[in-house]
Amino acid sequence: MAHTLNLTLRIWRQSDRDARGEFRTYDVRGISTHMSFLEMLDVLNEQLIQQGEEPVAFDHDCREGICGQCGMMINGQAHGPDRETTTCQLHMRRFENGQTITIEPWRARAFPVIRDLVVDRSAFDRIIQAGGYISVRTGQAPEANTLPVPYEDAEKALDAAACIGCGACVAQCKNASAMLFTAAKVSHLALLPQGQPERRRRVVNMVARMDSEQFGNCTNTYECEAACPAGISVGTISRMNREYLKARLAGVEPNL
Amino acid sequence: MAVVAASPLAAKVPAGPIAEKWDLHKNSLKLVSPTNRRKFDVIVVGTGLAGASAAASLAELGYNVKAFCIQDSARRAHSIAAQGGINAAKNYRNDNDSVWRLFYDTVKGGDFRSREANVYRLAQLSANIIDQCVAQGVPFAREYGGMLANRTFGGVLVERTFYARGQTGQQLLLGAYSALMRQVTTGKVEMYPRREMLDLVVVDGVARGIVCRNLITGAFETHAAHAIVLCTGGYGNAFYLSTNAKACNVTAAWRCYRRGAFFANPCYTQIHPTCIPVSGSYQSKLTLMSESLRNDGRVWVPKDANDNRPPNEIPDDQRDYYLERRYPTYGNMVPRDVASRAAKERCDAGYGVGESGMAVYLDFRDAIARDGLEVIKAKYGNLFHMYEKITAENPYQVPMRIYPAVHYTMGGLWVDYNLESTVPGLFVLGEANFSDHGANRLGASALMQGLADGYFVVPYTLGDFLARTVFPKVTINHPSFKETLVEARNRVERIVAAGGTRTADDIHRQLGQILWDKCGMARNASGLSEAIGEIQSLREEFWENVKVLGTGEALNQNLEHAGRVADFLEFGELMCRDALNREESCGGHFREEHQTPEGEALRDDENYCYVAAWEHRGADEEAALHTEPLSFEYVPLTQRSYK
Repeated sequence: MAHTLNLTLRIWRQSDRDARGEFRTYDVRGISTHMSFLEMLDVLNEQLIQQGEEPVAFDHDCREGICGQCGMMINGQAHGPDRETTTCQLHMRRFENGQTITIEPWRARAFPVIRDLVVDRSAFDRIIQAGGYISVRTGQAPEANTLPVPYEDAEKALDAAACIGCGACVAQCKNASAMLFTAAKVSHLALLPQGQPERRRRVVNMVARMDSEQFGNCTNTYECEAACPAGISVGTISRMNREYLKARLAGVEPNL
Repeated sequence: MAVVAASPLAAKVPAGPIAEKWDLHKNSLKLVSPTNRRKFDVIVVGTGLAGASAAASLAELGYNVKAFCIQDSARRAHSIAAQGGINAAKNYRNDNDSVWRLFYDTVKGGDFRSREANVYRLAQLSANIIDQCVAQGVPFAREYGGMLANRTFGGVLVERTFYARGQTGQQLLLGAYSALMRQVTTGKVEMYPRREMLDLVVVDGVARGIVCRNLITGAFETHAAHAIVLCTGGYGNAFYLSTNAKACNVTAAWRCYRRGAFFANPCYTQIHPTCIPVSGSYQSKLTLMSESLRNDGRVWVPKDANDNRPPNEIPDDQRDYYLERRYPTYGNMVPRDVASRAAKERCDAGYGVGESGMAVYLDFRDAIARDGLEVIKAKYGNLFHMYEKITAENPYQVPMRIYPAVHYTMGGLWVDYNLESTVPGLFVLGEANFSDHGANRLGASALMQGLADGYFVVPYTLGDFLARTVFPKVTINHPSFKETLVEARNRVERIVAAGGTRTADDIHRQLGQILWDKCGMARNASGLSEAIGEIQSLREEFWENVKVLGTGEALNQNLEHAGRVADFLEFGELMCRDALNREESCGGHFREEHQTPEGEALRDDENYCYVAAWEHRGADEEAALHTEPLSFEYVPLTQRSYK
């Protein structure tokens, strides 16, 4: 059965990219424990509009954990306290009556704040543009079953392809590294026979783009894996490192 | 009574036997030479399966493409949330599947309200889609021998659905998105994320551009092109509560309607049977539990309406497996419209379960006993996880509680066989058009249609349009661009200036309630007439009393939402008018006045075997009804039976 919570929210407010931000404190009352975290913010925003204060901007869309559009730091944790859970799938039954919740945008130089909790993650698109694809034109494909893919490889590829591109890995990492995001795509395509022709070029170019986007380096703290709502394993990072080393030893240079 | 236009619409369906129509038609389409393609600019709005596949394919051909999306990245379009699968007539299971059977199932599933020639083409192209996606690296489920795996979906007796766990839409979209990103790198696609299309620019009767708003800066932009490809999805969020993502809206399609594109069958909405029930008044959206679950889950309610025992304590002989009882041949795998109505019937009769009484059980006990926990986990793990997240109940131990929810819209902008709307140069793809699903869409067919339109239809038909048309030089300095821009900007400014007391969200919820109650799973003439009046007054209230803070010159999500609500308030009325006009029941459109003694939908083929396409005739005029008669030469019109 549902019961209700009264909460104090400390939320980062920033009017645009260049403005100076600050925390502001709000009280919300009568929050049902059945609500999702974003529904709780909806309640706050309706309340703010009625009080004449501009609502808190936050990104969200599908609200079922798959689009990757939502994401915020909740008490210092990307997407909040639950493992393998996006902010939209976090529910208020995880919180206590009277609790103070601190809510911040993703914190990373490569993800500048646009407004309040909304950040610019276009750097992720540019990493994919550097090689996160298989170069096949519409119409060139052979009959699908002419290329068998071992069950285990297909499953591992899907484990990596499950990345939703939310950016929690970057936000949680003390170095703001994008290794887990990049490695997930490199692994997905390296594990499949279709991905072989561009395997070396892909990893070298994607890593070069990642580095040029001001993401930090990886120091193996595994915070990214702990924060990832799609359960992407740091094993993908090891795989990417091996792929990268092999490609560079073979003399492949970045070409962006 | 609706104003009926005299001449029927020309669908441009090619002559010839149905299996040869598409090939014959392709042979007759004009080509643009490779060196001339770079002289043409094409705008693609929306980057879901239809938009991303169209934009990438057109760019590969050499056209200059500008692609627009409302999200912060093209990868987040709502196609990503599709769970269960995509159909294709591969016959990999040797279960006697074929292009013919996929065609037949889809026409029948749509309750004989789709265009036969379009559906046949869709079935033909289905196999190419799987090939294309596999080549892109989409990690479909495989068998141990390395071959592609299949499962079955509602309304069919074969296994033709391809899937990637419960994330099929995500994986297909990432495939199309990666093809799109490759074209951004080649310089053939210019991406415009966080842009909302607010109007269509028509010059001398031809679609030549769009007006959009940069959602970050609030700046209005105009873009000119030789053709516009609209892939902006469906209008399910008119109901406020639906399984659609929060940003899904009708604005782009509605603005095209206001500029002359006919809107077809707006009353055809799909209410999906297996969604997590509403839990409170704060609810912001509903979550689908994939239809694939009905492969193994059994739907039931207690036989005794007053049986309040926990579900696991109710013995088998006191459970009513009502779908298996009513439809022994298809059982739990009846099409969505049938399953939804059956759930509503049980709940309305007082047999519903859960706190609200508006839910039925979807039970995996027998499947787990038969196949083992691990097998069920491997098939549906992420769905069970999602269910537990939302409800705090473990579906491996207690049955899921489900109830129907708005999910998909079969209606959309009217298009001919070439996917061109009634405004020349405006092509409409995917859920945004109306063409392939009739009055009810079968599961795993939306992904198929979006990709067929984008990868394999529009690259040919759009080329023909460009080759046939003489284009006067038009830039964004043309007066039509300036006029349209001013009108779009005025609408936004009027919302900001309203300065009322009700939030857009509050008004949207009320509109949703009106539509759900009176234009939802069951409709009748008096309810629909009332709804039209209520929507008209709510629309008036919106413009006088909406309260939006902040300005239009910055990121203002509240303002974005208010603009979409304003268009839903116009669109909702048309939806009700269409439902009122259609004096029959078919597929998802159930008029209580027209049903069989068993409570099944009763069509009236004599009078309503047509597409209803509505023409905008000015703000104060009622829309005019045009009809496209439907003929069924290959699948004879019959009363649908899944018994």
